[in-house]
Amino acid sequence: MKRKAYYSRKIKRAAQLLFYKRHMKPGVKGWELKNALGSDYPKILKVLDNHLEKLDLQVKTVFEGEDPKEKPTLEQLNRARFFVTLRGGLPSKDAKMMGWRIDDIAGLAVAISYIISKRGKAPREDVEDMLRSKLPGWRVEMNMKRYIKAGYLTEDENNMLYLDWRTRAEVDQKELVELLLSK
Amino acid sequence: MDDIIETLHNCFPDCESPQELALDAEAVQYLASVIQNQGDWVKHRSTSLYTDPFLLEEKIQRLNKEELVTIFTAAWNPLIELEQLSIPSLAEAMKYWVDLAPIDERWQKNGPMQVAAGATTLEELVKMRILAEKTFFEELENFWKELKQRVGENEKIHYWDFIGADTYKETLDRAYMTSFLVTYGYATLELNPLEEETFIKPFGKPRAELADNRMVSVPISVSHEEWTRWKEEKQQ
Repeated sequence: MKRKAYYSRKIKRAAQLLFYKRHMKPGVKGWELKNALGSDYPKILKVLDNHLEKLDLQVKTVFEGEDPKEKPTLEQLNRARFFVTLRGGLPSKDAKMMGWRIDDIAGLAVAISYIISKRGKAPREDVEDMLRSKLPGWRVEMNMKRYIKAGYLTEDENNMLYLDWRTRAEVDQKELVELLLSK
Repeated sequence: MDDIIETLHNCFPDCESPQELALDAEAVQYLASVIQNQGDWVKHRSTSLYTDPFLLEEKIQRLNKEELVTIFTAAWNPLIELEQLSIPSLAEAMKYWVDLAPIDERWQKNGPMQVAAGATTLEELVKMRILAEKTFFEELENFWKELKQRVGENEKIHYWDFIGADTYKETLDRAYMTSFLVTYGYATLELNPLEEETFIKPFGKPRAELADNRMVSVPISVSHEEWTRWKEEKQQ
């Protein structure tokens, strides 16, 4: 009973930490969870994830750099960032509820899938050219800034675009490519 | 690849010398590396994330906005995050507000202090270390006169005998001034590399033209050890 109460308290705390915005960048770092919940925080997150499944939500882990091929170590988890995301996707008609125009989402889809097809990086100019084929120039420029600011894309000093942390947290890249190719 | 292996197989019984066998082994090793690279290429191509960029570009061009959004939202799981006020956070914010000093108090401007205008004497400026007692060139000229007196009829003086003083600090000051005597054409250095001796020779008149010529820097160490050695030699 005592053990159950302990986990119940920890799960509530984990949900508060993950749901409520604490920093400019969403999500919580593994080491923050470790400080707040104790070193068995991966276990607590797993229980929380099971609870969230009923609500079609999930605890998502984004590792620093590439995802580990095997079971992540505690050190890798401490450096990773944890978020709560939708589990099963979103009906497209609901996407506009998030304050995004259909043009903005279509542009994001194009930019992300183009970068994936170029093995993770593509010149900004190429991505913009592709978007300009269907969107007005001013909107392309505005949207690119928006995607970068939101953390979907990142740009280096050579104007190369890469997928950033938010894409890795929110987008199932494999599924996106499969869906595009199946059309 | 099969043909090459077959050829190697046929040639193998004819290989007699170790060199020939080593060459055969090398050929097999290179063939194996070709197969390994082909394997890696096939493995990469077969991963689900590999996509032909041209094929994908063509697909994207063909789809309309609605179709693109439908596909994307199926693979998109946006983050959930909340921003909400709570009663404790409101209470804390109220407490902060109560404790916060008014802006005109926090940003109080301190006007410049008004001081009655007056004249400052030269002595006061020297005392405040804004002006030196003597100007630098006056000091340099006096130092040059001293050099000429010390040299007398000998034309030159040993560098350390001129710069050396009772204290190390004073020695450093004199070495510093001596460097300006040479730079501004009041004196010159005479180096005797074989005997490792350095002399300083004053000019009768400052030679300004020297400053325009290509000058050579002469590094002279004036360390504490050297000063101590010089002092001991002088006492003997």
